[in-house]
Amino acid sequence: MGDLASLSSNFLYLAFILYLVATFFFGGTIKDKRSEGTKNFASKMAIILTIVGFISQILYFITRWIVSGHAPVSNLFEYTTFFGMMLVLAFIILYFIYRLNILGLFALPVALLIIAYASMFPTEIAPLVPSLKSHWLYIHVTTVSLGQAILSISFVGGIIYLIKEVDQTRRNKKTTWLETIVYFIFATLGFIIITSSFSAMNYTATFEFPFEDQISTVDYQLPALAGPNDGTLLTENKMSPLFEVPSWMQGVNAAQKFNTLLWSLLTGLALYALSRLVLRKRVAAALQPFLVKVNKDLVDEISYRAVAIGFPIFTLGGLIFAMIWAQEAWNRFWGWDPKEVWALITFFFYAAFLHLRLSKGWHGEKSAWLAVGGFAIIMFNLIAVNLILAGLHSYA
Amino acid sequence: MKNIICKSCGYENQEGTVLCQHCGNPIEKNQHIDGNQNSQLLNMRYEGSARRSKTYNKSIVDKLWNFFSSVRVGVWLIAITLIASAAGTIFPQEMYIPPNVIAAEHYRDQYGIIGQIYYQLGFHNLYSSWWYMILIALIGISIIIASIDRVVPLYKALKMQKPKKSESFLKRQRLFGSTEQLSDEGKQNMISNLKKNRYKVTEDNGHVLAEKGRFSRWGPYVNHIGLIVFLLGCLLRFVPFMYIDDFVWVREGETVVIPSTDSLYYVENKDFILETYGDTEEDERFKEALDKQSGMVAKNFQTNAVIYENTAKSVVGEEPNLEMIKEDSIKVNHPIKFDGYALYQSSYQQDEFKSMSFKLHKTDDEQEESLGSFTIDLANPKDEYNLENGSRVVIDQYFPDYYLDEGEPRSETKYPRNPAFVFLVYPPGQEEPEISFAAIGRNVDASGENQFKLGLQGFDVRDVTGLSLRRDYTLPIISLGGIIFMIGVIQGMYWQHRRIWIHPKDQGIWISAHTNKNWFGIKKDIEKIIIDTNVNVVDQEEQQQKEQKEQKEQKEK
Ligand code: HEM
Repeated sequence: MGDLASLSSNFLYLAFILYLVATFFFGGTIKDKRSEGTKNFASKMAIILTIVGFISQILYFITRWIVSGHAPVSNLFEYTTFFGMMLVLAFIILYFIYRLNILGLFALPVALLIIAYASMFPTEIAPLVPSLKSHWLYIHVTTVSLGQAILSISFVGGIIYLIKEVDQTRRNKKTTWLETIVYFIFATLGFIIITSSFSAMNYTATFEFPFEDQISTVDYQLPALAGPNDGTLLTENKMSPLFEVPSWMQGVNAAQKFNTLLWSLLTGLALYALSRLVLRKRVAAALQPFLVKVNKDLVDEISYRAVAIGFPIFTLGGLIFAMIWAQEAWNRFWGWDPKEVWALITFFFYAAFLHLRLSKGWHGEKSAWLAVGGFAIIMFNLIAVNLILAGLHSYA
Repeated sequence: MKNIICKSCGYENQEGTVLCQHCGNPIEKNQHIDGNQNSQLLNMRYEGSARRSKTYNKSIVDKLWNFFSSVRVGVWLIAITLIASAAGTIFPQEMYIPPNVIAAEHYRDQYGIIGQIYYQLGFHNLYSSWWYMILIALIGISIIIASIDRVVPLYKALKMQKPKKSESFLKRQRLFGSTEQLSDEGKQNMISNLKKNRYKVTEDNGHVLAEKGRFSRWGPYVNHIGLIVFLLGCLLRFVPFMYIDDFVWVREGETVVIPSTDSLYYVENKDFILETYGDTEEDERFKEALDKQSGMVAKNFQTNAVIYENTAKSVVGEEPNLEMIKEDSIKVNHPIKFDGYALYQSSYQQDEFKSMSFKLHKTDDEQEESLGSFTIDLANPKDEYNLENGSRVVIDQYFPDYYLDEGEPRSETKYPRNPAFVFLVYPPGQEEPEISFAAIGRNVDASGENQFKLGLQGFDVRDVTGLSLRRDYTLPIISLGGIIFMIGVIQGMYWQHRRIWIHPKDQGIWISAHTNKNWFGIKKDIEKIIIDTNVNVVDQEEQQQKEQKEQKEQKEK
């Protein structure tokens, strides 16, 4: 069993490497002046590597399933990795409809970031609590993440459109928003870098603090910028907090999570500042010249099509299957817990998107901004609701 | 009703028509309705049909109708609902806060001033607030009116299509192409290509209409019907008969009547089982994860239950006559279902006290030799117990779930989870009782002068299972709504309505095409159809944009 478990994680590792290499090949295709098409060497290699990577990730999924005895979609690590895998699948599907290399250059890094992000959470194979023991769990989680993944491709299309189209000659509201998106991507990268660095050093600092009339302890894996309210550091030779979180921050892990968030944002800021120094212009402005050959109408069409394909799948998985499962598990098909509400918000948002596009003719740039907004909601549901707003689904 | 005669083909159109329903020729005075007057291309969304909302605007009914059929209004309603829903997740809803706290204090203490405002605005019960319900109702009304407003004229328009279209209609389609010279053979080739690509072809005097996927146009209306059915199903939950929701505690070995079933059904708890991870060899694989956890991780909650039906005619006071109808285990995710009802495993209480035995002995007797003993059935305690030595023990007060509330003894619940008693002990022949307090692990002599003492001799415990009862006749309706919705969205999203018109023109032809979405797809179709001909089809919208951009760049230079 142990061997199979490590084989499984090696498959995931391999998939990651392959996606990374494929990204470089996709990058190679935009420099190619001779052919726009997908028949050249770089683009063939890129898509083949992507598919091989995807197969490798499927092998990770199957082997992990065999080891644990349940589909590996039951904690934050497993679910998020699976979402990354679905993102690659969604990309492959749309690639074969539209044959557009630039899509890979942007979609794969998003998938890479998400998989790396997932790996920062506990990766042990964990048992299922009774309420998760249902076939509907698998059906629900797999369809919902496929739906969200396809919707995310809409974001990929949207961001390509925006980088290409937003006027970069002078600073304005749009360029600021675009840089904000870039910054959030850097902050995610920052989270991954900082978490893995300190975990490689085995950093832990334990704090003691009052919690619900008792003394609790919490382990920090990052040096404490923000310590628990009224906390005392127990571990010797570790940095003592610069400040304490305010008392309204509830929950045993609230301070620790806030500290991690702070580190991520700061590291992101450092990375962003560094890029600006090196590039000597806005990051999006630096990317713009690479996209001159992109057909913006095609990208817009792909972005919209991804919503058209993803919306029904998301509704089926995120609302209908979720309701069936909730009815079996908790005898009510809807309970207004935050994760459910945010699924409903996603549904409303894309419904509004479709209506705006249809009747108000929101094409092109407006539609691209909406696609970004939709992705922000999906990420909020995936990350923030789990980590911040507690609820029944809260895996963390 | 005033009708309008088409100048191009003479067809009599309804008032409010934008494009002649026969030949598509723009009806001059109505072009503003679909915004065609400022654009070279025609708005084809509703085939230029006459919609009520765009035609009448006089009476109050017209105004209401127009308000609700506007997609702008619909989108605003959705957006407001979206924002409100999000606001409801900032802090937990009331149903998720601990059950025994006062909401007003809880929000203030936990979340400070913002929490207090949140509570006072009613956001702690947002999703059942009247204004949230009104928002949902407005969306429902808007969906119905907007759909009726469009689907009727659209249906008529699509039914009446003729292959022969006016030239102005054809030229003003987004995809347009032409050739001066096309042989008959070439044209026949195109038609057979159309058929090969699964287009339905109708011909009229050399004019060709090729169409596919028309049914996808009904997708939005089908999915809107699904939404309405779904909402109606939810509304029906407020009818008591349609929706029953109750809860019952059942102790091991007990058979109790299931509430809300008119004493028709009984449930017996044969055994309650709680399993945790780590007991079996199979669980080895979870070792690493389990070691990290501080507490136990539950693996299974299960009640082995028997369901009985009471066949005695329900006369008050008559003994029930129970007939077993089902025996099965109830687990989380596996409710037991019978006769439209379902019982769910939803709570439990382990080791609840069933009975306690006490013995009486002299306070100063170190051997604690028994002078008599008695057993209290905690579910059904007697008022008074007569002991062997002639003493009497009267239960003065009983706290099934004892705790001290600022020095006052109280019972937290009515369930014997931590039983405590105030006993009045009457030794033989004595009129004045001695008062003593007895609870688990404690016996307090209030006066300090008692001659006799009650000692706990033993107790029995059992598990209690908490079962939720549901009967929900709205589920079939809600499911139906969900299914209709899914059919509708898939119909509208995964298929598209594509049309290609071929128009004979002198020695050659004109060709125009329209799709309600996925222009990429129809362009690919056209490529396949005009292959081997000298027809050149352009996307006029793209061309326009390009020209505009070039003009702008020229100006800037
Ligand atoms: C959350 C609620 C709603 C959902 C999920 C929903 C869903 C949809 C979907 C999926 C479409 C098809 C879009 C497309 O083909 O791109 C559509 C079209 C449409 N919806 Fe809704 N809708 C909702 C609420 C509303 C409301 C409140 C209105 C009222 C104004 C409305 C009016 C329309 C109209 C007019 C169309 C276009 C029909 C056509 O093209 O013939 N919808 N809706």
